[in-house]
Amino acid sequence: MADIAHADAHHDEHESTGIDSRKLGMWVFLSSEFFFFGALISNYMLFKGRDFAYETIMPRELYDIPFTSISSFVLLMSSLTMVLAHNALAEGDQNRTRTWLLATAMLGMVFIGGQYFEFTEFILEGMTLTSNPAASAFFMLTGFHGGHVFLGIVMLLSLYGISRRNGQLSEAQGLNLELVGLYWHFVDIIWIVIFTIVYLIP
Amino acid sequence: MATTASPARTIFRRPASTTGLWGWLTTADHKKIGIMYGYTAFVFFLLGGIEALLLRVQLAVPENTFLSAAEYNAMFTMHGTTMIFLFVMPASAAFFNYLLPLMIGARDVAYPRMNAVSFWIFLFGGLFLYSSFFFGTTDAPIGGNLAEEVGRLGSLPNGGWFGYAPNSGARFSTGTVMDYWAIGLQILGVASLISAINFIVTIFNMRAKGMTMLRMPVFVWMTFVVAFLLLFSLPIIAVALFMITFDRQFGTLFFDATAGGDPILWQHFFWLFGHPEVYILILPAMGIVSEVLPTFSRKPLFGYPAVVFAGAAIGFMGFGVWAHHMFSSGVTPITQAAFGLSTMAIAIPTGIKIFNWLGTIWGGRIKLNTPMLFAIGFVAMFVIGGLSGVTHSIVPADWQQTDTYYIVAHFHYVLFGGAIFGLFSGMYYWFPKLTGRMYNERLGKLHFWVFFVGFNLTFGPMHWLGLNGMVRRTWVYAEEAGLGPWNMAVTVGAFIIALGVLIFMFNWSWSRRRGPVAGMDPWDARTLEWTIPSPSPEHNFGVAPVVTALDDFWAKKYDSDHEGRAVRRSSADAMIAEMEQTGLNPPAPIHLPAPSYYPILVGAGIPFVGYGIIYHTSPFGIPLIVIGMLVIVGSFIGWGVEPLEEVHDDHDDDHDELPPSADGRAGESNADGTVETDGDEEDA
Repeated sequence: MADIAHADAHHDEHESTGIDSRKLGMWVFLSSEFFFFGALISNYMLFKGRDFAYETIMPRELYDIPFTSISSFVLLMSSLTMVLAHNALAEGDQNRTRTWLLATAMLGMVFIGGQYFEFTEFILEGMTLTSNPAASAFFMLTGFHGGHVFLGIVMLLSLYGISRRNGQLSEAQGLNLELVGLYWHFVDIIWIVIFTIVYLIP
Repeated sequence: MATTASPARTIFRRPASTTGLWGWLTTADHKKIGIMYGYTAFVFFLLGGIEALLLRVQLAVPENTFLSAAEYNAMFTMHGTTMIFLFVMPASAAFFNYLLPLMIGARDVAYPRMNAVSFWIFLFGGLFLYSSFFFGTTDAPIGGNLAEEVGRLGSLPNGGWFGYAPNSGARFSTGTVMDYWAIGLQILGVASLISAINFIVTIFNMRAKGMTMLRMPVFVWMTFVVAFLLLFSLPIIAVALFMITFDRQFGTLFFDATAGGDPILWQHFFWLFGHPEVYILILPAMGIVSEVLPTFSRKPLFGYPAVVFAGAAIGFMGFGVWAHHMFSSGVTPITQAAFGLSTMAIAIPTGIKIFNWLGTIWGGRIKLNTPMLFAIGFVAMFVIGGLSGVTHSIVPADWQQTDTYYIVAHFHYVLFGGAIFGLFSGMYYWFPKLTGRMYNERLGKLHFWVFFVGFNLTFGPMHWLGLNGMVRRTWVYAEEAGLGPWNMAVTVGAFIIALGVLIFMFNWSWSRRRGPVAGMDPWDARTLEWTIPSPSPEHNFGVAPVVTALDDFWAKKYDSDHEGRAVRRSSADAMIAEMEQTGLNPPAPIHLPAPSYYPILVGAGIPFVGYGIIYHTSPFGIPLIVIGMLVIVGSFIGWGVEPLEEVHDDHDDDHDELPPSADGRAGESNADGTVETDGDEEDA
């Protein structure tokens, strides 16, 4: 422990802003991600109302709002459990941290499972990636979001694994619960935007 | 119950050597990474230059048959793509890497190994793009007398550096060459995004004591603006490139107009990235010139805050002018008016900079060394390019100029006369810091004048060629058009530029070994990188600098008399000698980021994924993706286990020298958070 802290101290002799460099880097990265999803969402918005000159199924004809509302709620709750994990770590309760981490990852998996179910349904009902540009845009947007959630789950499980292995999570170690938390909240916020713009607004 | 990752648990032994080939391949030192960026970019510059010469040979006389239409398409595409993504951007990154930490008084960037990752991804991305030469396939262009053998030269990407859909889509671009282009640019974008994050955090967090934001050198400020431009524009082109890749590979319909897709959307996304990209190319050169002009005018930069804020304003406004690339694409009159106005407006901050540079030179005691010549050349040529640029904001005029050589003339005046003159100015200016020796001033000046004459002979006549109706991207022109003589002049000019490059290469390679020893501060300069010995020692600063003023080094050397003239302090020479001593012999041991194998491995894994996507329908496609992902993920795991610095450098308990132990295989984190778990966690 002392060794690692020592090594970090050399590198971060001082931080001009007072914010941990890794945390700042995560913020900067997430600001870029907003533009990434912004472009994907505008892409969907452009195509969602178009009349195509051929027989095709549009995403909005297939939305199952109650179902997606539940999976959105699940994802929102995962932000709560993430905060609880963070709080538990701040209080030094390693067991509770692990529990909430696992809960967050589980909720994320439920969300991904819901998305898998939704995609399967849509494809069975005849709307695939190549049906029309609006369908392409829908699958691409929600697919990239799902990929982000998946990466988040991998990170959460890594934290869980490290914690189980080392008996505790230390702030100084390469992966930091706070960074994963920032990322996880970002993915949730983006989903709120997607759910509102893509699903709820006709 | 290890509470920390013991250094013994790594996949490979830590690289021990910091010299020789392995020293370069495994380095995390920002200076070495900067040098690698520089040399790699220069090799690509030569490639792009050869492509330009081939284009010019083809166009030297009317109805020429030197290149086929297919080869010509490939050459102009790769010339643009190479010069922008593989030369000017990485060459700027070379300056950022080498100079940024030195200028803000830091020992390295915020994430040294991520910095190495940026470079290796860039290198492998560039090689991936050019591997289209060997593996790419495409059909000859359709129509009339166009269908000819494509050949290897024609098997490079051929849809233009802007890759306009639907021409670059599956329907009109058969074969794989545009897949190489789209995925190659995607890879290069990842590299730039990582380095942008790194530079932003470095500037925010790694400044020396007393180095407030408004005491940073202008070059650092321009780096900062460029990094934000990259941060916000790259995700947009990433989405566009994903879309075109999906269209080509997986049958989506984004840009297929026959299926209700929207080709104009590509133009919006591309230029929403592409116009900030223009400022990504020019602002580093503006930063360099803002360092060179004051040094050789022996005056402070005139209007420092104005120059800084004008740079930031250019950054903001750069996101609001993109549709001026699309005036002839059928955008609405309101759009045309709005973007015409914003295009006129962005000339204002640029003008502010020009006048501040003139104010800097005004009344100075000017020394016309090579960097200064290039810097003045930059200002002059950039003004010409800027003025022809503003003419595009007049929409009806733009309709006449668009897709003619007038546009080619315009953007070469800003990107060659601007960006590349600025970069050469920087190369000469910091040559002594890089090598410890002085370049040959005579050859340097000869290089400038050869460049200056060749440049204007090449791109000046393009203005009237374009206004006389010579269109871009066409491989032949008719004899009767009367364009022949000036085209021959342009071709001669291009070869004169090539001669200038040869002079530069000779000067560089000769002087770095045999030039006179330069000393620490040969230019009597102003910024922190001149307060350390030349060539820069590995640890940068013997003692961490403390900054008390803008142009701190200058303020320490010079006082001003009652009329405001600079008077050298009597203590200056002694101070410099002492700085050199402490720079060479740091009073306390300094820990530096240790070398690592993982950055290069991460970079090497990425092309596999790229090839896998292109050939995903063939039997080896999916295995290639899997191999690539395994290399990347595995490298990140190894990375996470490895501490940034060697903690036990000089003690005998060198755990890190032991081979990986049996329990060293799993369960570790890494910077990006993936983990390899195995079954032994239940009892933890």
